Amino acid sequence: MKVEYRVYLGIGIFVLIVTVVYFFWAKEYGGAMMLFGTAGLGLLPALYLGWWKRRMEPRPEDVEEATVAENRGAVGAFPDHTIFPFVLGIGAFLTALSLVFGPSTAVIGLALIVFAATSATLESRRGGTV
Amino acid sequence: MTIAEERSELAHEPEADAQHGPTGIYKWLTSTDHKVIGKNYMYTSLVFLMIAGAMAMIIRAQLVQPNGHIVSQQMYNELFTIHGSMMLYLFAGPFAFGGFANFILPLQIGAPDMAFPRLNALSYWLYLTGGTTMLMGFFVNGGAAAFGWVSYAPLSSYTYSPGPGPDLWIVAIILTGFSGIFTAVNLVTTAFYLRAPGMTMFRMPIFTWNMVVTGILILIAFPILTAAMVMLYADRHLGTHFFTVAGGGSPVMWQNLFWFFGHPEVYILALPYFGIASEIFPVFAKKPIFGYKGLVFATLAIAGLSTGVWAHHMYTTGTVLLPFFAALSLLIAVPTGIKVFTWIGTLWGGNLQFRVPLLFALGFLVTFTMGGFSGVMLASPPFDFAVHDTYFVVAHFHQVLAGTAIFAGFAGFYYWYPKLTGRMMREGLGKLQFWIAFIAFNMTFIPQYLAGLRGMPRRIPVYLVSDHVTFLNQVSSVGAFLTGFSFLIWLLNLWISWRRPIPAGDNPWDGHTLEWATSSPPPHHNFTSLPPIRSQRPVWDKNHPEYADYTTDHDGTPKKEVEPR
Repeated sequence: MKVEYRVYLGIGIFVLIVTVVYFFWAKEYGGAMMLFGTAGLGLLPALYLGWWKRRMEPRPEDVEEATVAENRGAVGAFPDHTIFPFVLGIGAFLTALSLVFGPSTAVIGLALIVFAATSATLESRRGGTV
Repeated sequence: MTIAEERSELAHEPEADAQHGPTGIYKWLTSTDHKVIGKNYMYTSLVFLMIAGAMAMIIRAQLVQPNGHIVSQQMYNELFTIHGSMMLYLFAGPFAFGGFANFILPLQIGAPDMAFPRLNALSYWLYLTGGTTMLMGFFVNGGAAAFGWVSYAPLSSYTYSPGPGPDLWIVAIILTGFSGIFTAVNLVTTAFYLRAPGMTMFRMPIFTWNMVVTGILILIAFPILTAAMVMLYADRHLGTHFFTVAGGGSPVMWQNLFWFFGHPEVYILALPYFGIASEIFPVFAKKPIFGYKGLVFATLAIAGLSTGVWAHHMYTTGTVLLPFFAALSLLIAVPTGIKVFTWIGTLWGGNLQFRVPLLFALGFLVTFTMGGFSGVMLASPPFDFAVHDTYFVVAHFHQVLAGTAIFAGFAGFYYWYPKLTGRMMREGLGKLQFWIAFIAFNMTFIPQYLAGLRGMPRRIPVYLVSDHVTFLNQVSSVGAFLTGFSFLIWLLNLWISWRRPIPAGDNPWDGHTLEWATSSPPPHHNFTSLPPIRSQRPVWDKNHPEYADYTTDHDGTPKKEVEPR
């Protein structure tokens, strides 16, 4: 986790330095704010990863001498196939189209989003196949 | 739902991917397998490439003669807008970042799938519907968006661009933007949390590293684009005045927001293709990559610097700090140069095998370097003032972006096609496609540099005989038509491979990285066994123990990684 943390930290600190230089040199607030926000986007994940790095033992994927046997067990639960991402995508598409063609498509779109999001959540809680 | 057993070292009979779960259209609609989604992305984005390429052919046909009349001026504006938007938002990024990354990244790190398979599937559907939305613009009253892929204010306001076409364009960008953000979250999380034991960050293949950095850049840049699109929509329909002077807004603010996304976007498009080339050069030079860590840090440096150069697209507005942006823009040439030298270093002294993937990768190297040099020229404000908004800029970004996406993209396609399908493509047709594409591509864009230096502005549907750019445009158009023809050869190659398959085997190129440790195509959840991961080239180590990148104990146990020879 150390390298992951340092990648984000490095980007955050670098952009923070650029922000300070830009702010005092250009004296332009819009660009400085965007750069400051970008520095935050680097530093926030860095804080999260750094917090976990201190509290975790090195994982097998962080250890150069680790063997496959050291990480035996379930990697995770992966759905094989499910219709709900497709339904959710179509719902988002119809909802977005309402910005162009009026609210009628949003009625169907939002209904599909609610149905698909609820069903996908229940599906993952059940843990069963689709 | 499958609980993936952790990376068994025991070999089983591979369960063919096609035999698992539903088949046909229902498989396509419901699959959450990263391999299926990756292929969906790849083939969809190639269809978008063909559509955008057809638009380019019409544009070049219009410019063959002075005062061309192939299409109306309004249609010309719509064509170059949607051509640019499709190439950038729907082909170049999704082909590599949605297609190759989805298929290859989990395989390269020994993972059974992406970290969030449902989110991955949703990303694809948002991408497909976003692309469809963009094309719908041609079928509504007033036509498609016609303000260029950068949609500058106030041209993109409702006053100057009325009708539903521009709104469809905005909605399309928002949908594909969310698709990109979801894919980025997925790829970064997968690379951070699903690596196989022993696959440390500094053993990840360069392709995977580049995808991680691209993912981080997407998470920085795409939310700003989405926010800017919402503001633009609000200006058009909700009475706000973010970008209209009359209401106290600022059109230049649009440029700042757009390019704060737009310049990292250039590297979001380029870095994945750099990763593809970085995989191909060592395999076909029979050497390890030269300067692995240098490449990784150069990629990170490019990512960091790319966030601070947005206003080099805005020199001529007169509102930006020229020395700051010129300095940072020139600085980007340093890590980019490191990459080019690293690739040359990898090839240097290698046992080069000029197969089709290497030819396309070399084509990328040449066109990208050429386009990169003109980019360094454009980073200088006095030069940019002279050629801003001319065909010089068009030639520059086509060489850098289209050259990268097409040559490195086809390099990757030929390289990984055996893994995707278990089949080989025909070598002779591939070489023919490469040579026609390489000559024709440069024939298209080198004359455009010269036309730009003679003052030919971009985005114009007509020019005069007295502009002295007729011959240059004719050469450029012939080059464009030949480039289009080269894609037909690729389609023929694909068709022959489909009708008369040549089995590829698991590792036809003697590849180095983990995707070549599994069957072609890979089984459900990717691996039935994994080799020990003791270096950046675990499959090479396994297949060539006498040249392995690590030392062993007297009993043959892997002991310590050594500097690559």
